Amino acid sequence: MILALDRVAKRFGGVRAVSEVTFSVARREIVALIGPNGAGKTTLFSLVAGSLAPDAGTIRFEDRDVTGLAPHRIAALGLVRTFQTAQPFERLTVAQNIAVGAHLHLAARGAALQRAAEIAERVGLGKWLDRPARELNVAGRKRLELARALATEPRLLLLDEVMAGLNPTEVDAIVPTIFAIRDSGITVLLTEHVMRAVMRLSDRVLVLNNGRLIAQGKPADVAADPAVVEAYLGRGATPQVAGELAHG
Amino acid sequence: MKSAGAILVLILVLIPVPWLVRSDFWLNFAVLALYYGFLGQSWNILGGYGGQFSFGHAAFFGTGAYAGAVLQLQFGVNPWLALLLAGVAGGIVGAIVGGLSFRYGLRGSYFALVTLAFAEVLRILADSLGFTGAGVGLQIPLHPSPVNFQFAGKAGFYFVILALTALGLAVAWYIGHSRFGARLMAVRDSEDAAQALGVNVFRVKLAAIILSAVLMALGGAFYLQYFLYVDPEIAYGPAVSIAALLAPIVGGLGTMFGPLVGAVALQLLNEASESAIGAAPGLNLVLYGAALVLIIAFLPEGIAGIMRLRAGIWRRRLA
Repeated sequence: MILALDRVAKRFGGVRAVSEVTFSVARREIVALIGPNGAGKTTLFSLVAGSLAPDAGTIRFEDRDVTGLAPHRIAALGLVRTFQTAQPFERLTVAQNIAVGAHLHLAARGAALQRAAEIAERVGLGKWLDRPARELNVAGRKRLELARALATEPRLLLLDEVMAGLNPTEVDAIVPTIFAIRDSGITVLLTEHVMRAVMRLSDRVLVLNNGRLIAQGKPADVAADPAVVEAYLGRGATPQVAGELAHG
Repeated sequence: MKSAGAILVLILVLIPVPWLVRSDFWLNFAVLALYYGFLGQSWNILGGYGGQFSFGHAAFFGTGAYAGAVLQLQFGVNPWLALLLAGVAGGIVGAIVGGLSFRYGLRGSYFALVTLAFAEVLRILADSLGFTGAGVGLQIPLHPSPVNFQFAGKAGFYFVILALTALGLAVAWYIGHSRFGARLMAVRDSEDAAQALGVNVFRVKLAAIILSAVLMALGGAFYLQYFLYVDPEIAYGPAVSIAALLAPIVGGLGTMFGPLVGAVALQLLNEASESAIGAAPGLNLVLYGAALVLIIAFLPEGIAGIMRLRAGIWRRRLA
């Protein structure tokens, strides 16, 4: 297991954003974390990446307790996240943006920039290398998030809605990129609203609702699970929608 | 590498100025322009490249000036050595200010206000303590000799401030071409994203404020030698904090030559407004202020912004 959460909990005032969440991710898996808006997906990501400290429970990365460690320490260990709202370094060029990630393990400027160029090529930003990051459109910014994270040479990548805001063509274009990332040996845990992509990409799906894990399993099985359909659409919606989701 | 060449050319071009400019007025102008450019570069390291806007760089400037004066007067240290030690003292104050405010995550206007408060506290201390001469200030006795970092003419000071300018430009160049600089600019644009990529935000900001404070303190020690006098208002008053931030804002924040360009422009503006309405003291400041408002309103990226725009247009025309 590359990542193991044991009864992780986080509350904000009276709201239990994440409660008693236990799951693990195996090496070279692509696992999707899905759930309705406000289910606690991003909070869970922030807990794993260290942006938030859990109130209870433990998080282990590669058999090492990383609970409550600062984000930069966790990133240095090889667990790196992207942000749902892309946060490019706006005044830097695309190459300089990616180089910040590459500098995690490469001290020399030249080496980091060279690595940045290679990675930009890999995620389809090759032509944009010398352009300021603020000129990128949404799809470009998402790719840049991905590129920067990849440049740190992570072993586990957390992708927070890398496809949100993309049109179907752009989604279709990014799916092979994610498969390629997995094939290069990186484990991927992602949250996603675009169900079509979740169904195609993931080996396993975890469903979060009201901060609790309510189902997990293969994409098709989860989509057919009445509890999941109800979480998304309310009681009684199961029969009509199960089929659609499964074929989506 | 191209920009390193530009620095070298600029410095080489500026070396013969004292032999070419025979007028004391214009040599004084050059010294002051370089001096304000140097203070601006110091501020630019933290504010321009690091995005941490300080309103209290006087805290470092004054510490440099007073360290230079106290070391010479009370301990008989050679002024050149005192200059170096002034830089160290400034760095220590920078580490304290940065260590406290960045540890507690102060950003934006909160950070600006805390730096202002530090400068004020130091001003009040300097105003009341005996070894800083209290309200009277400290005067360095006149012993003109290069060994004493006192020169008969302005040319000697010109070369010293030119050397400091070269140092400031070298630091800015390093920021543009190193891992430290890449991380500093990343922190400026998004702390969260930088941290997620493994950047220790606290350490980067702390290093930046120390670097900035060392330069600013060297500026303070230079001021002391140029005017041979320092008092609490000169050292820790808000005027020097503002002077340090104006040059890079006018010239171009987070650019290598921005502070120098801004300082030259401001110095020209200052002299022009003074000679235009020298008869009415104070009115020149109104003109100066109005020009500043216009620059900031219409050139948010400073003078470097126009140059970049121009360069873009030329490139497009040539293409």
